[in-house]
Amino acid sequence: MKLVLMLSQFMIPLMFVLIIGYGLLKEIKVYDTFIIGAEEGFKIVLKIMPTLIGLMVAVGILRASGFLDVLSDALTPLSKLVHFPSELIPVALMRTVSSSASTGLILDLFKTHGPDSLIGRMTSIMMGCTETVFYTLSVYFMVVKIKNTRYAVTGALLVSLAGIIASAVITYQFFGS
Amino acid sequence: MLNYLWAFMILLGVIFAAFTGRMDQVTEAAIESAKEAVELCIMLAGVVAMWMGLMKIAEIAGLIKSLAKKMRPILRFLFPKVPDDHPAQHYIATNIIANMLGLGWGATPPGLKAMEELQKLNKDKQTASTAMCTFLIINISSVQLISVNILAYRAKYGSNNPAEIIGPSILATIVSTLVGVIFVKIMMKVGKK
Repeated sequence: MKLVLMLSQFMIPLMFVLIIGYGLLKEIKVYDTFIIGAEEGFKIVLKIMPTLIGLMVAVGILRASGFLDVLSDALTPLSKLVHFPSELIPVALMRTVSSSASTGLILDLFKTHGPDSLIGRMTSIMMGCTETVFYTLSVYFMVVKIKNTRYAVTGALLVSLAGIIASAVITYQFFGS
Repeated sequence: MLNYLWAFMILLGVIFAAFTGRMDQVTEAAIESAKEAVELCIMLAGVVAMWMGLMKIAEIAGLIKSLAKKMRPILRFLFPKVPDDHPAQHYIATNIIANMLGLGWGATPPGLKAMEELQKLNKDKQTASTAMCTFLIINISSVQLISVNILAYRAKYGSNNPAEIIGPSILATIVSTLVGVIFVKIMMKVGKK
């Protein structure tokens, strides 16, 4: 396990060494090339900014209204039926719209239940196998100005649901009741 | 779709807040979120620019091309309409590789470039192509091997073994990605376009 952690610490520095080393080997003007790419990256972020503002405002309003809390309360009987901890419902819902908002909820769960509790482990696994569906879809589609998204939303939600169910089942399998 | 979703979120929030008497919180949340978005973008600008700079070197040096070539059988299976050696194929490959390594924001720039390239292949510019739907569904199924952030948070909150969730996470990811692949394959058969 220590090795895995060490590996993830080395990952990004290692990529620098590998890519720049490879570039030098192929006799590329690495610094000039870096600048060209960086400029492109900067422009992409500028392009995303209005989208991000629009979306984060909508999520912020929805969260502040208390709607998400009521929704997870309403879903509690259902979650009891399928043995899914109701504490995780707001995380699962938030996860679909905002990475930072769901991270906030998860840190809260870590604080109250501990990261090594069943709930702590299940959230950790869930975060590792799900994505911010609505955020990702809107940013990616808005960049190319697509209006009709066809079955992308259905598919993305289906895949997220599969991820959530899988993480619940797998957590019970690995870490007991 | 997004027009409605966005409007729905805001209208629902405001109407709900009116009934629960949380209008002041809504006002604050709207302004705070807008500020947060800009702060996030400023941070992002640095990280994304750095990452894209590095990726440009990998691209020009031919590193991405050779990795994409190794992934070609998978890409050909998932994106039958995207021609070999098309830039879209390279960006999709880069995006998937970055996602696998848990690089998070590092995966977004090549992902957006992939969409732009797919749009060039798209006949109806208003409507998502099959390749776009496939790409996004696979992307959202989160083909991730390491979630660096979660490891850091777990360690910070006193986990005895922060990395114990890596194996189970990979398993869960495999399940969701598999569901995604099956779904897009079914949709390709059903909605021929």
